[in-house]
Amino acid sequence: MASTDFSRTVSTPSQHHTFDRSGAFFARLHIDLILLLLLIALGATGLAVLYSGSGQEIGMVKRQAVHFGIGMILLFFTAQIPPRLYQLIAPWALAAGTLLLVGVLVAGVGAKGAQRWLDLPGPLPRFQPSELVKLALPLAVAWFMAKRPVPPRFRDLLQALVIIFIPTILILKQPDLGTSILISTSGLLVLFFAGMSWLLIFSMIGIVAAMAPMMWFFVMHAYQKQRVLTFLNPESDPLGSGWNIIQSKTAIGSGGIHGKGYLQGTQSQLEFLPESHTDFIIAVLAEEHGLIGVCLLLTLYALIILRCLYISSRCETLFGRLLSGSMSVTFFIYVFVNIGMVSGILPVVGVPLPLVSYGGTSVVSLLLGFGLIMSMYTHRQRK
Amino acid sequence: MWEQSIRDKAYERRLFRARAIVAAVLVISALLTLAWRMTYLQVTLHEKYQDLSENNRVKIRPIAPNRGLIYDRNGVLLAENIPAYSLTLVPEKVDNLEETLAFLDELVGVSERDLEQFEKRSSYRRRPYEPVVLRQRLSAEEIAAVMVNRFYLPGVDVEAQLIRHYPHGDAFAHVLGYVGRINQRDQERIEQDEDSQRRYSATSHIGKTGIERRYEDILHGDVGYERIETNARGRLLRTMQRESPRPGTDLTLHLDSRLQLLAAELLEGRRGAVVAIEVETGGILTLYSNPGYDPNSFVTGISFDDYEALTASLDKPLFDRATRGIYPPASTLKPFVGLAALEAGSTSWNYKVRDPGWFQLDNDERFYRDWKREGHGVVDLEMAVVESCDTYFYDVAVKTGIDDLTPFLGQFGFGRDMSIDVISAVSGILPDREWKRSTGRGPWYPGDTVNLGIGQGFMAVTPLQLATATAVLANKGKWEVPRLLAAEDNIPTEFPHGDIPDIKLKDPSDWDRMFTAMDHVITGRHGTARALRANLDFPIAGKTGTAQVVGIEQDAEYDSEALQERLRDHAWFMAFSPIEKPQIAIAVIVENGESSGRTAAPIAQAIINEYLGGAEG
Repeated sequence: MASTDFSRTVSTPSQHHTFDRSGAFFARLHIDLILLLLLIALGATGLAVLYSGSGQEIGMVKRQAVHFGIGMILLFFTAQIPPRLYQLIAPWALAAGTLLLVGVLVAGVGAKGAQRWLDLPGPLPRFQPSELVKLALPLAVAWFMAKRPVPPRFRDLLQALVIIFIPTILILKQPDLGTSILISTSGLLVLFFAGMSWLLIFSMIGIVAAMAPMMWFFVMHAYQKQRVLTFLNPESDPLGSGWNIIQSKTAIGSGGIHGKGYLQGTQSQLEFLPESHTDFIIAVLAEEHGLIGVCLLLTLYALIILRCLYISSRCETLFGRLLSGSMSVTFFIYVFVNIGMVSGILPVVGVPLPLVSYGGTSVVSLLLGFGLIMSMYTHRQRK
Repeated sequence: MWEQSIRDKAYERRLFRARAIVAAVLVISALLTLAWRMTYLQVTLHEKYQDLSENNRVKIRPIAPNRGLIYDRNGVLLAENIPAYSLTLVPEKVDNLEETLAFLDELVGVSERDLEQFEKRSSYRRRPYEPVVLRQRLSAEEIAAVMVNRFYLPGVDVEAQLIRHYPHGDAFAHVLGYVGRINQRDQERIEQDEDSQRRYSATSHIGKTGIERRYEDILHGDVGYERIETNARGRLLRTMQRESPRPGTDLTLHLDSRLQLLAAELLEGRRGAVVAIEVETGGILTLYSNPGYDPNSFVTGISFDDYEALTASLDKPLFDRATRGIYPPASTLKPFVGLAALEAGSTSWNYKVRDPGWFQLDNDERFYRDWKREGHGVVDLEMAVVESCDTYFYDVAVKTGIDDLTPFLGQFGFGRDMSIDVISAVSGILPDREWKRSTGRGPWYPGDTVNLGIGQGFMAVTPLQLATATAVLANKGKWEVPRLLAAEDNIPTEFPHGDIPDIKLKDPSDWDRMFTAMDHVITGRHGTARALRANLDFPIAGKTGTAQVVGIEQDAEYDSEALQERLRDHAWFMAFSPIEKPQIAIAVIVENGESSGRTAAPIAQAIINEYLGGAEG
């Protein structure tokens, strides 16, 4: 089935598409079957690992399955909405998100010295505006760049950077360094796919590298510095902030090639591994299923991202290509940052492993994103 | 957009596709980096992390041995280990300590003292997630109250442990001592050598005084180990391997609890001490000091206020009079002085002294008065012992001289701690020229010898020393060193006799004649302990003594009514029985008891009767 889906690739990108029967069925539903199956496989894997990582708490697995179900329904609905509509609401969504971010700084609530939430009136749950911006920013930047000539002119790029940096700085103020970096990256990725020149790309990388030491002294908070220091030398504080990373590396390393067996991981089952159902869930998989399990999961992620990049390049509109390209790579960045952090090559930032870590918001917003990508790909302009 | 040409669109697509390929390459290489990193951790460093993970979950936990039990000579339990349930708290697991403590107070009652102790214990250095005791000795109802509400009390648990218990409480407090929580000083001592550090790795209590301290090394036993699997919170999941601890040695003491309890009963309301020794073995039958204290309160940690009360009390309940109280032996020394004079040839059984009620040294106007103002008339040695004539002993002591008197008395253990295993014992004072000079009291005067003749002046003995000397006297000079320990795990303990020479008299019949004199102390018409005749189940040889608390001014009237109770003389009695084949030797002191015949002697007799009567029955 999968190969037939590839085979429908057409040389002339305008009018006729040939689908086999099921492909045609899903095309009419605006669903990419391959991506859908890969996501379901990842979700199922995630639930199985979650059962172990949660300390075999079936209730948590059920709740996560419900999150996944809700996400799938939202994916289906977002896929039905034509890209034109997204393009219409993109600037307004970002404007609203930015306003809410200002609201957070003025009247937000939070924990552990950071203000990240807005208390909504009445029965409404607490709301984290940065989640909205995660989707709104690439939408808005893609909207902006899609109306400009390709490759983008320098002036347009400067304007786009302003659009990116306003919400970034607002989130940085909360403070939430991790999210602000990820959100600005998703915007910058749009510029990358829009064809920003390599010269500019490398210059920007150079500027960021030069600014890093200044960040350390002027922008970063004590706890953020502590995280970086702990990352550089976890043994310096083995019972405090170094504990997490030492325990996760121990879990991963002790898993070996074959792993200790499902539900047999001593690090995770005996609660040595912290956050084993959320941010550090990959360590549970690594401990119980070994390097083989890790490689299979990485392969699954690779297939999803490659499929996304592939369908991004098949989108009819520039807006769709830019948006889905950016979102695909952003998804990958989440994967990379999470696994890099758990395995000790990146500092500890609170990033969940996409579609595997427990957490409703993350699962729903990610699947919503995939719905967007499918929408960009499956809706065709008819003349 | 749609106005733009097809050509532009194709270019846009090509451009995007190129960027997508770059992105795909970057993504793949980043994923390979992750795979490489995982391979490094899971393959290259696998063994290191496997060890770390094993060490995480598997802990070696020491298990404290059960402390050896202590029995008296009849198998009566004197110190045991009883299960006690204590309420423990893991501060790391308690969200709101104040609320939890308030709730526990509501459930089972937590006193100020418990809180004070709890804070003290939690401030000690301890492993994280190690429970801290909040309250000890929970009743069954209290345990139930806690368990029912356990859901609301995270981090709170009821733990069973064995704690030391002394069923007879006060009666054996001084001799047995007690165990208490290991403190900083104990810890430093334990850490001095590696083996004891290992042996005490699970132990919370250590012998602080008395037998508990003296035989700590054998009572303690040897630590055991278990390999256990724990989770990150230190909760025990399963025991993987166990090496049981070796319990401490059970001790059997020479002590006879019947006599000890009787002594406690007889000294009720008094300050004093009773020491009884088995003549044949030197085994200490009774070692009692009154008032006592409850050793059990020290096991769980005595409160500051209670401790204050004990130390501030005028009666000094913590002070062991039997082994540390030093008193002038007074007239109880007379049989020994008499033997010394016989041995020195300065008297004989026929030698007589005329006693006008006082004694004077040549060239000295000072009067050394006899307790009997009008004097005893013409007195020989036996009569001097029976009636406790001071003048006679003033006379023979001076004739014997300090240089012969002190060494002879020394043979009976005066001035030395002769005990093997009574750690609190002190040596008392046996004065001689050298002692007086070295303690800055100047040269020895003949008057000092006069005083020594009747056991006053510088001489000071503990009840244990007097009982020991009495036992040696009863054994006709044959030494059996006083001891408490009779058997370890029911195997009799052999103590080396050491190089203590037995006392040989030039004329061994002097022993018997002195025994007869001491017999007449009780049976004689004028005997100072003739009051004992009424209950004389067994023939007793004894000697009374009256130790002055304050020196009486020359010619001053001795008015006991006017003196405060605590300024009254101390009453001594030393005795052994039966006379033919002595089995028990005893020394009794009743502080401020005044009349030996009315206070100390009846106590000694009651104990002798109990011992010999009980042995027959």
